[in-house]
Amino acid sequence: MTDERRTIGSGGKPGRGNGETSPSAAARSLAGGSATRKPVTKAKKVAEPAPKPTTSRKAPAKKAAAKKAASPKSPRTDTPPAAGAAKKATDPKPRLRAVTEEDAAAAAAAVAEEAARRTRTAGAAPLSAGIPLDEIVVALIQGAQRVLGTDWESRVATLLATLRQRLSGNYEVDEFGFDPQIAEVLTAAIEPLAEKWFRLEVRGTENIPEDGGALLVANHSGTVPLDGMITGYAVKKYAGRNLRPLGADLVFSLPLVGQVARKVGATLACQEDAERLLTSGELAGVWPEGFKGIGKPFAERYKLQRFGRGGFVSSAMRAQVPIVPVSIVGAEEIYPLVGNVPSLARLLGLPYLPITPFFPLLGPLGMVPLPSKWIIEFGEPVRTDAYDPEAADDPMLLFNVTDQVRETIQQTLYKLLVERGNAFF
Amino acid sequence: MSRVVLVTGVAGSFASMFARRLADLGEDSGISKVVGIDTMVPAHDIGRTKFVRADIRTPVVGKVIAVEDVDTVVHLDVNPPQRGRSGGVKELNVIGTMQLLAACQRSATVDKFVLGSSTAVYGSSPRDPAMFTESLLARNGVRTGFPKDIVEVESYVRGFSRRRPDVMITTIRAAQVLHPKVATPFANYFSNPVLPTVLGFDPRLQFLALEDALAILVEAVVNDRPGTFNAAGEGVIQLSQAARRLGRPVIPLPPIGFAMAARRFILAMGSDIPPDLHRVLTYGRVVDTKALREIFGYELTRTTDEVFDDFRTTLRPGVLAVLGGRA
Repeated sequence: MTDERRTIGSGGKPGRGNGETSPSAAARSLAGGSATRKPVTKAKKVAEPAPKPTTSRKAPAKKAAAKKAASPKSPRTDTPPAAGAAKKATDPKPRLRAVTEEDAAAAAAAVAEEAARRTRTAGAAPLSAGIPLDEIVVALIQGAQRVLGTDWESRVATLLATLRQRLSGNYEVDEFGFDPQIAEVLTAAIEPLAEKWFRLEVRGTENIPEDGGALLVANHSGTVPLDGMITGYAVKKYAGRNLRPLGADLVFSLPLVGQVARKVGATLACQEDAERLLTSGELAGVWPEGFKGIGKPFAERYKLQRFGRGGFVSSAMRAQVPIVPVSIVGAEEIYPLVGNVPSLARLLGLPYLPITPFFPLLGPLGMVPLPSKWIIEFGEPVRTDAYDPEAADDPMLLFNVTDQVRETIQQTLYKLLVERGNAFF
Repeated sequence: MSRVVLVTGVAGSFASMFARRLADLGEDSGISKVVGIDTMVPAHDIGRTKFVRADIRTPVVGKVIAVEDVDTVVHLDVNPPQRGRSGGVKELNVIGTMQLLAACQRSATVDKFVLGSSTAVYGSSPRDPAMFTESLLARNGVRTGFPKDIVEVESYVRGFSRRRPDVMITTIRAAQVLHPKVATPFANYFSNPVLPTVLGFDPRLQFLALEDALAILVEAVVNDRPGTFNAAGEGVIQLSQAARRLGRPVIPLPPIGFAMAARRFILAMGSDIPPDLHRVLTYGRVVDTKALREIFGYELTRTTDEVFDDFRTTLRPGVLAVLGGRA
């Protein structure tokens, strides 16, 4: 079956060639040029797939014989058939495989993979004659089974149906432009970044209400508002709800960024939108520090800036929804802001133009966020339904509640920082 | 009490349909006469409407109101620039409104004024809230073109309401009607084989069904519904989604210089869009119709989605429709 697997290093002494002056067949085929030799290898390939299933025991022997020309003494090639375990015989080259898989699916997938590699390396050689089409189909099906599970047929069908739906524009978005399908895809795309790169730890998810409106208030940091994305991911993954972030108007004036932001559920941070979201029972997220928070120098990390003008409290009070303080540790270290070019930033209409230890220096490589360790803690909700909606017009009360939320987040940040220890390890 | 209704801009496709609808209602609904006024002879059938060829930019309009004993004025002569009428649109929109209001202020008979305004009054900018309610003002995007006109027209109407508090004023801020028989900028835009879009922006759009638009205005004339109301189909449709449903390819053009490039492009395809459409094509605009439902008392019959689909079936399917356009 897997005669083609006998390529590099499958015969002769491991590692250092086969002791002959002329290169092995495998090496020649790797080099790619020699058209004269190819038919020989090809012919062998054509011949072999057919007898293989029945004469599983003969196959290795034949292979060994074929190899004799290239590598006269390869003691290991002979041993497996000699050992003679029926199981081993089914697996033609036991040494190559770290794991001896018995399921046909795996083997078939390997064949398909090998065939694909062949087509790449062999270039102009007429391969169509050499690769049995039905075997590829079987391999593809089994590969699909392996990747997508046993119900792969229905999953592929669903995938195609979704694709068709997207292409024909046959989907719904809400008034804010929120597109649940795109949000789902993006959540899946962020998962490795959050879980593997940032090693995200989420605490206090029980404080996120299971239904009804709530306003999540978080600290903002990290030069690029990645913390918003990760918080959205955490809420979706661990609480199963969609977070609707409230963003600055700059977000919506940037091409592409604004478009994607709207599709994942963001909307403008203004009184009207916040109240509309909260009264309709959505989970809104707000980062009241704004650009002062994400654009602060690395030396001032984890020092909360002014919490806007307290507008978020009045929105929550009018909608009578709880405020959930969210403390995010880890975002400060992803792009340590060590410098700023205010004049150029003003020219480009940006709030700041960051310089990080790597950013302009390493070019695009500097845009890779540093792998800091993240902890997101959802704190105990601050009730606002104890106040009347009219209390939203009392500035003193608003400032008090704002301060309470800010202090809660600041204290939680200090606590989490101690618990996290080193930022990166 | 039976009403004598004056409809301005009756040569326009929408206004002529409205005049005819109103005239057909007849005495049963309290409409004794409908007078249509425009500088051009209507191309469409206006039924029993009495047509007066006059220019509302001149004081003649005052005489028409006096002679016909008009008590209800429906001002529909506020239109975005269109093909063949692009010159002097501002003249027509703003100066026409001023003259008309001056005539109404003098008239002793006029006791109701209905303005067919547009959601363009909210402008279009990245600082817009997700949905505009009637009490919100434009954040940006009303400095030029039709949005500027409409803001000025509305401010003149507000001035008129201060000077004549006895006149009932209804302002309907309608989203664009999407119907093959009504020439609107978006109807023109969508009938192009290739749609130029702004690179990196996907605006949310709303449309209004022709039937709803007519019914709302008739309701405002027949019954007393003072106030300002948004009118647009429920829900939104994104431009990319709209293009996919039509099966028409989009050409993303850079935001800088989009207005000019898109206009050239569309002219080359043998159609035309007003230059001030580019802001809507960049940032979109969505309005809240809660007041229309709860205060005005009209339930919209068609959603934006349905309006668009009705319109789509009247167009030829685009070249990408084979990819799975809706049946």
